[in-house]
Amino acid sequence: MASRKNVMRLFFIYLVCILIAVGTLFPIYWLFVVSARTRLEVFAGPSLVQTSFYLQNYTRPFIEGVYGRYLLNSLLIASGNTLLVTTLAVLATYAFSRFRVPGSNNLFFWTITNRMAPPAVFIVPFFLMFTRLGIHDTHFGLILLYCIFNLPFAIWLLKGMMDAIPKELDEAAYIDGASFWGVLFRVVIPLAKPGIMVTAVLSWIFAWNEYLFASVLTSIHSRTIPTGLIEFVTVIGTNWGEMAAVGMVSLLPAILFIGIAQRQIVAGLTFGAVKD
Amino acid sequence: MKESKTQVWGLITPTLFLMVFIGVIPVIYILYLSAFRYSVFARAPFTYIGFDNFRKLVFDESFLRPLGLSLSFVVISCGIQLPLGMFIANLLTQNFKGKGIFRTIMSLPLAMAPITIGSIWTLLTNPDIGPLTYLFNRLGIIYNIGENAFQAYSTIVVMDAWHWTPFVTLTLMAGLTALPNQPYEAALVDGASRWQTFWYVTIPLLKPVILTTMFIRIMDALRIFDEVWFLTGGGPGTATRFASLHLVRLALRSRDYGYSSAMSLFLLYLTIIICWLLLTFITTSREER
Repeated sequence: MASRKNVMRLFFIYLVCILIAVGTLFPIYWLFVVSARTRLEVFAGPSLVQTSFYLQNYTRPFIEGVYGRYLLNSLLIASGNTLLVTTLAVLATYAFSRFRVPGSNNLFFWTITNRMAPPAVFIVPFFLMFTRLGIHDTHFGLILLYCIFNLPFAIWLLKGMMDAIPKELDEAAYIDGASFWGVLFRVVIPLAKPGIMVTAVLSWIFAWNEYLFASVLTSIHSRTIPTGLIEFVTVIGTNWGEMAAVGMVSLLPAILFIGIAQRQIVAGLTFGAVKD
Repeated sequence: MKESKTQVWGLITPTLFLMVFIGVIPVIYILYLSAFRYSVFARAPFTYIGFDNFRKLVFDESFLRPLGLSLSFVVISCGIQLPLGMFIANLLTQNFKGKGIFRTIMSLPLAMAPITIGSIWTLLTNPDIGPLTYLFNRLGIIYNIGENAFQAYSTIVVMDAWHWTPFVTLTLMAGLTALPNQPYEAALVDGASRWQTFWYVTIPLLKPVILTTMFIRIMDALRIFDEVWFLTGGGPGTATRFASLHLVRLALRSRDYGYSSAMSLFLLYLTIIICWLLLTFITTSREER
């Protein structure tokens, strides 16, 4: 009897899991299906199966249209921001982790408030500041701006990882005659490499996904994929197929990321408060 | 250690400089702007008016409603996602084959851009092409989030649950797997039922993780913007116009920078206060243990 009860339990578990999986995947599947359909097929009715693939939905916005440039902008801004954030964060974390710096105890609250504040709150000052400084609608502007969330977050994440590297290693290196920078580059950075990679990937994803600031602070030259996505929805009608295609492209890094760094996402999203 | 003060400060200075520029100056700028009438379309575009913006804000029905809507949304979305996430987390920590795959599938929405999620749900709920519309029509329900306020609001609640329940599940799972074994063995010896074990052993042990998860969800639900902006734009009417949507509309469409600065400042302080209260609550409840 016990085994029968077990089978029932297992059946129940699989049933719920499959329901969850279908519920999660269906919206993404639908995005894909629409991106493979011609205009006529999109309006033909909600059939779930798609056998043909209408490639023009992808080629028209990305090769003939402006979305190729949006894609390039997105890549440039996300990568530039990641590079800046990681460099600055490694340097600052080294100081916070190894030497006594006044105010480092407030680091956590600083990180939290910067990350938790609604971005909408900052659009007015940033819009006016950026326009006056002449960095409105530049890649540079957005690269700098995304540091407001990414930099404290990166420092906070890295600090936990650098604190875990024993100080004795530093001291041994000093005794062997290594310089201040030598210790950083030969001892700390190689050991903290996995942590640095995680931080970089999380920063990149965040910069890639950001919409509000990108939409307010760019107009033509440095529009990104998320801002381009919403431009499809117009009063005179939306080209659903092409919008879905752009949406699919904006999803690819996320899917890749989940594939690679699934284990890190919990620590990343909870500021290291919950570890997996 | 042979570090000199200059070298240490050299490490921090670039970060400090940048954070002052993008983190501190904007807040001071908001504070400054909020004391002015600064509207692009007004006759006298830049006039000092002291606290008038704040006086207007406290009695502004069109601001208080979105604020209330945001707070109600926080309660509803957390109220749905925490129990649901808890249920799924308990399920996925059971022993069965293939749970890694379910876990991976489930975490997909977490890394997706909120604006893309908005576009996906627009495709699902569009009156002409959406499968959800079709499904509801077959059931005899007219489903149109562009017209029906209740449907628009509940669709956003469902969308948010789709986006963030995986987060709750993953953190609770991490918490569950880290729990010690002994209390469970003791409960087993005492002959506690499954439900009793869950209620009197798991929940108290898991409390720190639950509180942390709740904290992050509350703060995120307060900031919700992108998805709603894409899906409904705050409509129909003001049915889904949350505080941040109201602020962005005001800043971008009416270009009333002075008044929107006052509103920004108010929202920023509200966030900081809520954040601080929750953090204090979490730390004290941790110390009690």
